[in-house]
Amino acid sequence: MGKVEDLRLFAEEIRVATLKEFAALGFGHVGGAMSVVETLAALYGGAMRIDPKKPDWAERDRLVVSKGHAGPAVYATLALKGYFPEAELFTLNKPGTNLPSHCDRTKTVGIDMTTGSLGQGMSTACGLALGQKLDGNGARTYLIIGDGECDEGQIWEGALFAPHYKLDNLIAFCDKNGQQLDGYVKNVLDTGDLAAKFAAFGWFTQTVDGHDPSAVDAAIQTAAAHTGGPSMIVLNTVKGHGCTFAEGKEFNHHIAFTKEEMTAALISAGAILSAARAAAKA
Amino acid sequence: MSVIVRETFEKEPHMLRETYCNGLMALAETDPRIVALDADLMSSSGMKPFWKKYPDRFINCGIAEANMVGVAAGLSATGKIPFAHTFGTFASRRVCDQVFMSAAYAKLNVRIVGTDPGVTAAFNGGTHMPLEDMAVLRAIPEIILVEPTDSVQLEAILPQLISDYGTYYIRLQRKNAAAVYAPGSTFEIGRGDVLRSGKAVTLIASGILVSEALKAAELLAGQGVDARVINLFTWKPIDRKLIEVAARETGAIVTCENHNIVGGLGSAVAEVVGETWPVPIERIGTPDVFGEVGPEDYLRTRFHLNAVDIAAAATKAVARKR
Repeated sequence: MGKVEDLRLFAEEIRVATLKEFAALGFGHVGGAMSVVETLAALYGGAMRIDPKKPDWAERDRLVVSKGHAGPAVYATLALKGYFPEAELFTLNKPGTNLPSHCDRTKTVGIDMTTGSLGQGMSTACGLALGQKLDGNGARTYLIIGDGECDEGQIWEGALFAPHYKLDNLIAFCDKNGQQLDGYVKNVLDTGDLAAKFAAFGWFTQTVDGHDPSAVDAAIQTAAAHTGGPSMIVLNTVKGHGCTFAEGKEFNHHIAFTKEEMTAALISAGAILSAARAAAKA
Repeated sequence: MSVIVRETFEKEPHMLRETYCNGLMALAETDPRIVALDADLMSSSGMKPFWKKYPDRFINCGIAEANMVGVAAGLSATGKIPFAHTFGTFASRRVCDQVFMSAAYAKLNVRIVGTDPGVTAAFNGGTHMPLEDMAVLRAIPEIILVEPTDSVQLEAILPQLISDYGTYYIRLQRKNAAAVYAPGSTFEIGRGDVLRSGKAVTLIASGILVSEALKAAELLAGQGVDARVINLFTWKPIDRKLIEVAARETGAIVTCENHNIVGGLGSAVAEVVGETWPVPIERIGTPDVFGEVGPEDYLRTRFHLNAVDIAAAATKAVARKR
């Protein structure tokens, strides 16, 4: 059993748990949740300085999921890490739930920042990283934005800010899944070569396969070793990855599905999970 | 809470922004949680001394107000108490969604300071004249909206702005205020101050119109009309009890604000009066029109914000009593 297999197993566990969350509802932000699963596995599978028993630990690393609609994937990750019981995952979006569509720091144990109105997480992550630097506690802030989200001007305000204030404890990911709500990013409002854009703004930039959790993990280690400014890891991903009824569809941002479609998706993802489990045990 | 009101209302010898910056620096001396942010306006907001004294705790965000509010929210999530400064126009309408989600909805501990309220924006003109800032932000649940009147009041409430928790908007006149309070006055955010007792009508004012309301009460006294004057410097949460009592005891109300009468102090007071003890209300403020450029005195006259206008409105309100 090695780290590569462990991270892959954790990623597939997150994917299946996320699909099960949606299953009870019949609809949800499936596409953008599926594309960040491997990144969440790398973060919560070892990269982040956290203690699920002390979710309010002042010196913990923080995660801001600025594409807040990926909340369900984050909730699955947090439940698997023991922040709250896995059974709670089935309450997603139900009346009175602690698990709303978009991340909410006041409702969900382990969620570090409220997000949902796109672009804002870039700035709150900058503020968190700056606060950690003022405290000198060595903590880091991780940030996940989307390539469609890069339409928002606030992303670029923060992109200027973080290098200026030398926030080398800020490690960001851009989930470049190529799709946004109204279709392909290149057709709606092309955000172009995001790695080149962030590099031009002064970020230390890497590009990796966002569906290879070990590659993401390695990129995090490289970013963590970089000093003097923030890091951007561009993740080449597929919106809806690993969910048979969502992957490859143009309009999979928020999607409704039949019971049969979800059953087929769970069988497929379940088979991949079993293989990952076997590989991790070997 | 006890206030001592001056006899006359002379312009203070120093700008209100100096009182503000000095007060914040004094508190920052012993409280390392206090940090200040600006959006390329520190020469206007008067925060340069803070920047010089605490360079590591002053963050100039450049001309990027939305990012500044988000950075402030993030800082507060690490236990800091951020004060973010810009003109009231940008501190409200430009960053409404950031104040809503990153600060208030996220229940973070953020202070937004919007300077140059209403006609005090004078020569910056209509584009820069916040006549809607309080209305824009008043619809955000749990936000606290305050408009300090003079140096004595500002200095007295600053420690409360540190010790209390929540998302605050502080509407701050930056130039020389008319002195209303004598030293030794004490205040409580969320409670209005009765500055003058009276039984015929109540003048409920805020900001630069507090001294005008007091002058109007004097004019009314000359006409035999006994006017009560209240400084409602906290617009939200609003002092419902004080307003209801004023409505019951005086039977007519005039609201006085350096702001659009739509959505502002007049609206807020009318909501309470309508729900508790309905009486005639007249509203002094800009009548749902855009601001314009010019000297402050010209604009006060242009928008009927002077003592004579308030006195005339009071006469009208009294005449409407049933």
